[in-house]
Amino acid sequence: MVSREPELEIPFHRFIDEVGQVVQKLPGFATDPQNLVPLYRAMMLTRVFDERAVGLQRTGRLGTYASSLGQEAVGVGVAAAMRDQDVLLPSFREQGAMLWRGVSMKELLLYWGGDERGSDFTKARSDFPICIPVGTQFSHAAGVAFALKQQGVDAAAVAVAGDGATSKGDFYEAMNITGAWRLPVVFVINNNQWAISVSRTKQTAARSLAQKSVAAGILGLQVDGNDVVAVKQTVSEALERARHSCVATVVEAVTYRLTDHTTADDASRYRSDEEVSKHWQYEPVRRLRQFMENNHAWSSADEEALQKQVASEVETAIQAYLDSDAPAAGSMFDYLYKNPPKSLANQRDHIVTRAADDG
Amino acid sequence: MAEINMVQAVNLALARALEDDPSVVVLGEDVGINGGVFRATEGLYNRFGQDRILDTPLAEALIAGMSVGMAAAGLRPVSEIQFMGFIYPTIDQLECHASRLRNRTRGRLSCPMVIRAPYGGGVHAPEHHSESREAMLAHIPGLRVVIPSSPSRAYGLLLAAIRDPDPVVFLEPKKLYRANAEHVEDDGIALPMDTGFVLREGDDVSLVTWGAMVQESFAAAATLSTRGIEAEIIDVSTLNPFDPEQVLASVEKTGRCVIIHEAVRTGGFGSEIGATIAEHGLMSLLAPVKRVTAPDTVVPLAKLESCFMPGADSIVQAATDLMAYS
Repeated sequence: MVSREPELEIPFHRFIDEVGQVVQKLPGFATDPQNLVPLYRAMMLTRVFDERAVGLQRTGRLGTYASSLGQEAVGVGVAAAMRDQDVLLPSFREQGAMLWRGVSMKELLLYWGGDERGSDFTKARSDFPICIPVGTQFSHAAGVAFALKQQGVDAAAVAVAGDGATSKGDFYEAMNITGAWRLPVVFVINNNQWAISVSRTKQTAARSLAQKSVAAGILGLQVDGNDVVAVKQTVSEALERARHSCVATVVEAVTYRLTDHTTADDASRYRSDEEVSKHWQYEPVRRLRQFMENNHAWSSADEEALQKQVASEVETAIQAYLDSDAPAAGSMFDYLYKNPPKSLANQRDHIVTRAADDG
Repeated sequence: MAEINMVQAVNLALARALEDDPSVVVLGEDVGINGGVFRATEGLYNRFGQDRILDTPLAEALIAGMSVGMAAAGLRPVSEIQFMGFIYPTIDQLECHASRLRNRTRGRLSCPMVIRAPYGGGVHAPEHHSESREAMLAHIPGLRVVIPSSPSRAYGLLLAAIRDPDPVVFLEPKKLYRANAEHVEDDGIALPMDTGFVLREGDDVSLVTWGAMVQESFAAAATLSTRGIEAEIIDVSTLNPFDPEQVLASVEKTGRCVIIHEAVRTGGFGSEIGATIAEHGLMSLLAPVKRVTAPDTVVPLAKLESCFMPGADSIVQAATDLMAYS
């Protein structure tokens, strides 16, 4: 019997390398480097927001927080590829995408600060809230996509999760049905190489995470997750296929987590400083700046102005967050059921009275 | 109109909901062309088409998770899990998302979805096909857990569940699926959830129960009546949110309470009812609260099933014991 190696050639997309050089013909939107300024700005905002959020946590003014340091191009690139009517189903590290979609910094801070009102987005009202149980939003995306298709909406669902999520059955079950039912979904994997302390190579013997799509009969490809142009272009193409041909895609964005898993983690327990330092040379923000500078689309004056503006925006949002009133104690009952049962009224009264006594 | 059994009543309610509301879809394993392993979805595929009656891959966690996505995006999914023994993969989605999405988003998104599953023993099914784990589900805030005990209540409560703006787990006692038939008017009228049904009035003892044990309780009440003991039967029906007032009112009248469930004893929903009576109805009691339940064992395979399942004899004994107190 002849053994056959299955066909698992997974394409890898990159347009701009780590020193800002173009490695293949740029997609239309990137031919004028001025068009990349909003992407750069959004990545910078995400970076500064993350940094300040971690600072708030360290000073006791925010709960546990998951920074996206080094992965800003994934969130921003994904969201920049989406249309308003597409639906985002984020994990807990997609602030770059959520901010682009119109979720406010104050809302994100409220959520991480322990207030459900943070997930009552003022904009992007059909987007899902942050999903904490890893990979459980993949099947939601399949359900959303079914509903969009059934309702004749020209839109797709975009679920984003980390590399760790691809070890879960939920990932396979959701991929499988999007193939079988031809559902408009894009699965984006932020492969930052670490599922908390478990490295990518310990998670699976698969050569890529994208190739897991092959078994489900959908498309899979890798993209340089530190090249925002590649992320945006690849996800745009995947969304086109989803909307028009109902073909789902797994986009594995290969990147690196330059900081701890969350503020509750200490990455030095499981990886070396040398490894982390090495990855700083590939990081996405400097790469895009380099490209824009090379193409005379960005100056140090622009950079200075942007830094100032972003810092002020973040500061304003933080102040609004810190100034917000605590949620009312009774609110834990008020959204549990649309039609609350009579039996909950006593418990509500008790909690409200107790909170008032404490107050 | 002919009399119909509980499976047919479920089918009738599904058809009515599908007819009335284009956002209702039915999904699950073998629910399409096969009409479901118990035939609860028989004929729906031909009548409503493959875009609304959806045969899913064999993946229960997916069925629940897709339902969350569908519901949040404007549909009303009614899914079937073939047996309660296979419902456990859905608990991740029920606990983490379906029951929380409204609360998590302050009402921005919600989950009007129903998961139906046949549950309970008494039909000599293989392993994993006879469990009664309703208490596990009733422990999840934000979820409704509803159990019918007759064809007409299956019809009216399933309509209520499908129309409800929040997630409902609808557990169908399969021992009653074809146990009896009655006239069920297809009038589209839903029955109330979040409360139970007083199915028989009596002054001497309250039999508080649900599902297939309602039938056993009626048999027990008939025997007790011949001995001059009149039992009141309460079908709790909605376990979560549980209506304590109805049970307390009955116990106030009778002073005696037997709680009967097919589920194992420890942590069973009977414990919640017993504790409610202890907290709020103690002074009405003429005798201790008694439970008639399955033992705390794994459900045995078919040959010992009848030893495991509580029956009318145990209920009669328990009620008679309570009468001895005063």
